Amino acid sequence: MAQSLRGARIRAAALTLPLVIFITVTFFVPLGSMLTRSFHSPQVADALPRTLALLEDWDGQSGPQEETFRTLGEEFRSLAKQRKLGGVATRINRLESGMRSTILKTARKLRRDQPESWREAMVAADEAWGEAGTWRALRRAGERFTLQHYLNALDLDRDDAGRIVTQPPERRIYLPLLWRTLVVSLAITVICLVLGYPVAYLIANSSPARSNLLLLLVLLPFWTSLLVRTTSWIVLLQNQGVVNDLLVAIGILGDDGRIAMVYNMTGTLIAMTQILLPFMILPLFAVMRTVSPQHLRAASSLGATFRQGFLRVYWPQTLPGVAAGSLLVFILSIGYYITPALVGGRTGQLISNMIAYHMQQSLNWGLAAALGVILLATVGLFYFVYDRLVGIEGMRFS
Amino acid sequence: MTSTVKKDEAHVVFRGVDKTYDGKTMVVRDLDLHVERGEFFTLLGPSGSGKTTCLMMLAGFEASTSGEITIDGRPVHNLPPRKRGIGMVFQNYALFPNMTVGQNLSFPLEVRGIPASDRAERVRRTLAMVRLEGMENRRPGELSGGQQQRVAIARALVFEPSLVLMDEPLGALDRRLREELQFEIRNIQQELGLTVVYVTHDQQEAMAMSTRVAVFHRGQVQQIATPEVLYEEPEREFVARFIGDNNILRGHVLSADEGQCIVDTPGGEVKAFPVYRCRPGEKVALAIRPERVGLAQPRTYSNEFEVDLRDILFVGDHLRMRVKVCGNSNFIIKLPNIAGHGAVLKGDRVRIGWGIMDCRALPDEE
Ligand SMILES: Nc1ncnc2c1ncn2[C@@H]1O[C@H](COP(=O)(O)OP(=O)(O)OP(=O)(O)O)[C@@H](O)[C@H]1O
Ligand SMILES: [Mg+2]
Repeated sequence: MAQSLRGARIRAAALTLPLVIFITVTFFVPLGSMLTRSFHSPQVADALPRTLALLEDWDGQSGPQEETFRTLGEEFRSLAKQRKLGGVATRINRLESGMRSTILKTARKLRRDQPESWREAMVAADEAWGEAGTWRALRRAGERFTLQHYLNALDLDRDDAGRIVTQPPERRIYLPLLWRTLVVSLAITVICLVLGYPVAYLIANSSPARSNLLLLLVLLPFWTSLLVRTTSWIVLLQNQGVVNDLLVAIGILGDDGRIAMVYNMTGTLIAMTQILLPFMILPLFAVMRTVSPQHLRAASSLGATFRQGFLRVYWPQTLPGVAAGSLLVFILSIGYYITPALVGGRTGQLISNMIAYHMQQSLNWGLAAALGVILLATVGLFYFVYDRLVGIEGMRFS
Repeated sequence: MTSTVKKDEAHVVFRGVDKTYDGKTMVVRDLDLHVERGEFFTLLGPSGSGKTTCLMMLAGFEASTSGEITIDGRPVHNLPPRKRGIGMVFQNYALFPNMTVGQNLSFPLEVRGIPASDRAERVRRTLAMVRLEGMENRRPGELSGGQQQRVAIARALVFEPSLVLMDEPLGALDRRLREELQFEIRNIQQELGLTVVYVTHDQQEAMAMSTRVAVFHRGQVQQIATPEVLYEEPEREFVARFIGDNNILRGHVLSADEGQCIVDTPGGEVKAFPVYRCRPGEKVALAIRPERVGLAQPRTYSNEFEVDLRDILFVGDHLRMRVKVCGNSNFIIKLPNIAGHGAVLKGDRVRIGWGIMDCRALPDEE
C-alpha cells in the first residue's frame, strides 16, 4: 500500500520532469550565467597572465620594473597577432577611459623593433605608462572577481586610493533611471487600479452573459501582438496623429499647439497602462467574484450609505485582489522593455532599456548583468515588503 | 419613524402588488397583505413561489411593478433600503467576514452616529439576548453555523428596528439546531414586541412559529390564516396538500346543500363539507386527513368503505396504513398506537370511515 502510493507519487513527479528540464535549460542556466557575468570577468586576467603575476608584488606607487614593461609589451604583441588586443583594450578602457587608445597606440609602436629599454619605448609611445595610476587600473582590470560592474551600476567609483566614492552628479545615470522606473511603475499601477477597479466590479456583478462579454473585451487585446498594439499608440498619439487631429478639429488645440504625447514619458505611461490593465482587472475580478453581493445589500439594510458600505464592507474584502493586481502590474512594469523602447523616445526610457543598450550596443554584458541583478533585487524587495504588509498567501491571482 | 405611526393602519401593507423581472412572467401577482403590529407573519410556499421577491420589495431591494407597499401607513416606494429602518436576516447570513462579531454588530450603530460608549453596551446586550456573551472578538468564519445565524439575528436587532425580515434564516441548519432556534426567535420576537415577516418553505416551521401564515403558490397567495385554521380549514386544494398530509379524492358533485354535498367518486358516493358554493356536476377535490380516518364498526361514520389493507407500517407512536379507496390507491390512514389495533395484518379486509366535517370539498385544481 505505502509502496504503491510512493510509486504513484514518483510517477506524478516524473510527469513534471519535461517542464523542469525545459525551465532549467532555457531559464535557470542562462540566468545563472548572466548573474555570474556581473561579478566574474576573467578575460583580462586570461589575456595578460604574466604581467598581472608580476604586478601582484608591485607596491602600487613607484614605476614598475623593466621586467614588467617587457612582459606587458610581449603580451601585447602576441595578443595583437591573435587579433585579440582590441577586445582586451576595450575592457580595460571601461575602468580607465583613454586606456584603449593608449594600448593600441603602444602596441602599434612596438610591433617591429626590439627596444633596448622597454620602459623608455613604451613611455615614448604614450606617456601614460609613466604614471602609477595606469598600472593600478591595469591591475584592477585583471581581477577575476570584481565589484566594478556593481559600482558602475550604482553610480559609484573608486578614487586613486581605491576608496569607493559617488560619481559627480552630472555623471550619475543609473540610480536616477532606476528611481524614474520605480516612480513610473508606481504611477502605472495606481492608474491601472483606478481604471480597473470599476471595470472588475462591473464584470463581477453583471449577469453571466454580460460578464462573459465584458471579460472577452478585457482579454481582446491579447489577441493582437504587443508590437501592433504599441505601434498603434504611435499612430494615435503622434503629432500628426488621430488624437491631436481630433483635438485640433474640434478646436480645443490650435494647429501649432499640438501636444507631444509620444516619444516621451507621456507616451510610455499611456501605452503601458493600456497594455498592463488586464493584469490588474483579472485578479480583481477573481476576488470580487467571491464577494457576495448580499454584503452590500446587508450593509444598506443596516442603514449604511453606498459609500459607507463600499468602504467598510466591500473594499476590505477585495484587498487580496488589489494586492495581487498591483504587485503583478508593478513588477511587470519595472521590467518592461518593448513599449518604452518604441514610444518612450529619449525621456521615456526605463531601466530595462538601459540593460538592453548594454547588451546590444555597448556590449558591456557585465554592467548589463549587474543592472539586471539590481533590478531583480528591487523586485524581490518589493515582494518582501508586500508579503509583510499583505501576506502573499492571502493574495489571489485567479 | 415612530412619530408618524398611524395607529389604525397595519404595520405593513401590500396592496395589489405585482412583480415581474423580465416583463413576461409574473413572479408575484395581485398581492394583498396586512401585517399587524407585533405579529409573526410567515410567507410559506414551495421554492420559486415568490417569497424572497416579496421580502426584497418590502426591504427596498426590488421595486414592485405595480401596486403599493406601505410601512406604518406610509408608501415606501421612494424610500431607499437604508431609510426603511428594517432589520433584515439574510438567507446565508451575509455577515461581514472582514469584521469581528462585535464590529458586525456595531456597524449599524456606527452608521447611525451612535457614540462609541453606547455602542459597546448595546452590542453586549444584544449578544446576550442571542446567548453569545463574550463573542465580540471572534470572526464570523470561526463560528458554527448556528452561532453565525445568531450573530446575523443580533445584527438585525441591535439598532432596535420594530420590523424585522427573515429569509429562510434556518434553512442551512440541521434539524435539532433549527428547532432550538425556532423557539429562541419566537421568544425574542415576543419579548421585544417585534413585527416579524418570516420566509420559509418548511411548513412545520411556519406552523410552529407564526401568528399568521400566507401560503404562496406561483406568486399568488392561496390563503392567509392562523396555523390552526390553515390545518383544519384549508380553502384551496394547494393548501390542503401543502400543509400536513391530506388524502385527496376526486369526483363530481351530485348534489349540494348548505353544509353538505354528495360527491360521486370512482369508488362510490362520499358525503363532504363544501368550503365554497359548489354546483352539481362540478369537479371537486376532497381532502381527508390521515389521522381523521378510523377503523369502523358498521354505521359509526357518515362515509364507510370496505377495503383491502395494502400496507401497514409500525412507526412507534402510530400505525400507518395504505389502502385503495374511491380511486385513490395511495390513501393513507394514521392510527394512534393504542391497544386493539395490533390485530389487523397486511392483506386483511377492513372497514374504514370518516365524518363529513373531516372531508372538505375544495375546488379541483388539477
Ligand atoms: N433577480 C431576479 N431576476 C430574474 N428573475 C428572478 C430574480 N429573482 C427571482 N427571480 C425569479 O422569480 C421567481 C421567484 O423567486 P423567489 O426568489 O422570490 O422565490 P422563493 O419563493 O424565494 O424561492 P426559494 O424558496 O427557492 O428561495 C423565480 O422563478 C425566480 O427564478
Ligand atoms: Mg428565497
